[in-house]
Amino acid sequence: MNDVAVIGAGMTVFQRRLKETGKELSYLATKMALEEAGITKKDIDMVVMGSAPDAFDGIHQKGENLLDGAAGAGKPYVRVFNGGGTGVFAPIAGWWHVASGVADIALVVCEEKMGNCYPHPQTAFRHIWDPILDRPLAPNLVWLFAMEMNRYMTKYNIKKEDIARVAVKNKRNAVGHPCAQLPDEKITIEDVLNSEMMAWPVQRLDISPPSDGASALILCSKDKVRQFTDDPVWVDGVGWNIDSTMWTNRDLCFPRYVANAARMAYKMAGIHNPRKDIDFAEPYDPFDYKELHHMEGLLLCNKGEAPILTREGVTERDGDMPMCPSGGLMGVGNPIAATMGQKVCELYWQLAGKAGKRQIPGDPLVGVGQAWGDIMQMATVAVLRRG
Amino acid sequence: MAKKIEGSPGYAPGTRVSTKDIVENKISYTWWEPEIQYSWSLGQAMSKFLVGLKNGKILGRTCIKCDRVLVPPRMFCEHCYGPTDNWIELKDTGTIETFSISYLDSDARRIKKPILIGVISIDGASPLHGFMHYFGEMTKDEIHIGMKVKAVWKSPREREGAITDIKYFKPLKGGGKK
Repeated sequence: MNDVAVIGAGMTVFQRRLKETGKELSYLATKMALEEAGITKKDIDMVVMGSAPDAFDGIHQKGENLLDGAAGAGKPYVRVFNGGGTGVFAPIAGWWHVASGVADIALVVCEEKMGNCYPHPQTAFRHIWDPILDRPLAPNLVWLFAMEMNRYMTKYNIKKEDIARVAVKNKRNAVGHPCAQLPDEKITIEDVLNSEMMAWPVQRLDISPPSDGASALILCSKDKVRQFTDDPVWVDGVGWNIDSTMWTNRDLCFPRYVANAARMAYKMAGIHNPRKDIDFAEPYDPFDYKELHHMEGLLLCNKGEAPILTREGVTERDGDMPMCPSGGLMGVGNPIAATMGQKVCELYWQLAGKAGKRQIPGDPLVGVGQAWGDIMQMATVAVLRRG
Repeated sequence: MAKKIEGSPGYAPGTRVSTKDIVENKISYTWWEPEIQYSWSLGQAMSKFLVGLKNGKILGRTCIKCDRVLVPPRMFCEHCYGPTDNWIELKDTGTIETFSISYLDSDARRIKKPILIGVISIDGASPLHGFMHYFGEMTKDEIHIGMKVKAVWKSPREREGAITDIKYFKPLKGGGKK
C-alpha cells in the first residue's frame, strides 16, 4: 500500500440554514482546500463525495446533484454513504483511492443541507426506522439516543452533570472556530441541566444542532507529497466496522463496533497503547454523552471512566488527552457528512500547527478522529500523524 | 469572501440565513411536497410473528447452533449465518432494558403528556433479546431499568397483525417498585 498524506482542507460556515445550494457549498469548501494545497482542479485525479440521507436535501441520488460543485465533472467520482459515519468514511474511501495506487491526488468533499427539510430534519429520520416493527410506534430518532444514554448512565452510575460537562467544554472550544454555529464562551453545566427536556435523559443542550455545511480534504501519495510540503501529515491508519441492525438485541452500554474499527486502524498505524500513543482525539459527539461513549469505544480509557477523566479536566484543550478541540458537533454544528471538518480536517490542522486559536499546546504528534452512524451500529476511524 | 482569519480554516465562506428571512421572503426559495406511497412484503419471519401477535402470542425462533432464542424472529442467524431452526412461543412478560420519557412526537413537535418508550427483553428469549414498545399504567417516576413488565393486548377483535396489537407493557404484579 502507498502512504497517504493530507495536503489541504477546507470548510464552510455551519449554520441551521445557509443561502447557498449544496453544490455551491461543495464548491466553496473545495476551493479553500485547493488553495491550501496550492493546486487546481486539473491536478485532482479522483473525487470522493460523502453525503448522508438523501431525504434531508430532498434530492435523491444527490451525489449527481452535487457533482459539479465537488470538482468531479469529467473525473472518476463516487459518492459513499453510511449515515453519520460518512464524515470519516468518505476520507477513508479517499485514502484507499491513493493507498491502492490508482490515484496520486484524491479530493474528498462532504456536504449536507438539513435546512431544506420541513417541518424539521427529524421528519426525514422517520424513514430510517424498520417499517414493520418500529414505524407503527411513530418513533422519533432522539428516542434511540435517549435509550442508549439511559442504559450507559445506569450501567456505570453516571451523573447527568458529568455528561453536561462535555456540552460545556465543546461549545466553549468552538469559540475559536470561525465556522461554528453554536459557540458559547459563557455556557455552564446549569444551563445544560436546565435546558428543555426533549426525551429524558436527553435535554436540548445535550444535542448538536441540525446544520447546513460542507467540508473538503485533499489526499496525496508519498511519491508526490514533497512537491507540496516538507512536513506532511499522514493518514496512518483507517478502520470501519458495523454491528447488527437488530439493535434491540444488543447491549448498548459499550460500542463494540467502535472498538473493532479502532483496533483495525490502530493495527495499521502501529499503535499498541492508544492511551499513550495518541495525543488527542475527535470522537463523534452529536450528543454530549456520545463523546464519552466513543472515548471508551476508541479504547482511550476504561469502560465508564470517560466521565471521570472529563470531570478531572483531562479532555480539555490543554489537558493530557484533549477531546474535540475543534468544538465538535456540539459547538461547531452537525451537518452530518460535512462533520469531516471537525473529525478529520481538524486533525490535519492541529497536526500541521495551523489550528490558530484552537491549537492544542505541546505540538501533538498523533490524533484520532471517529464518526458514528446508522442505527447505533456504524463506526469509522482514522489515525493521522505528523511528520 | 469573508475576511482572512489567523489559523485554518483561513476564512469562513457561506451566508447564514434565519427562519425569519424565509418567512419574510428575504431570500428566494422553491418548494416541493413529495407524494409517494410504499407497500412492504413482510417476509417469512415477520409474517409468522405478526400472525402470532394477532393471536395474542409472542413468537421467537431458535438457533440451536448458537444456543439462541431470537426475538424479533428471523429465518437466519446473523452470528453463525446458518438457517434458524424452530418456532417457539415466548411469554408476554419481560424486563425493561432501557427507556426514555419523550416530550417529542415523530416530527419533533413538543407534546405535554410524555410518551414512555423503551426496549423490553422478552422472558424465554436470550438475554437482551426483545423489541421496542410503549409503557403504560406506570408514572415517569416509577419506570426504571430492570422493571418486570407484561404486555397489555388489544381485544382479539381489534388486533390486525401488527406490533401495535400490543397496546403497551404494564408493570408485572409486584414488579413496579424500584
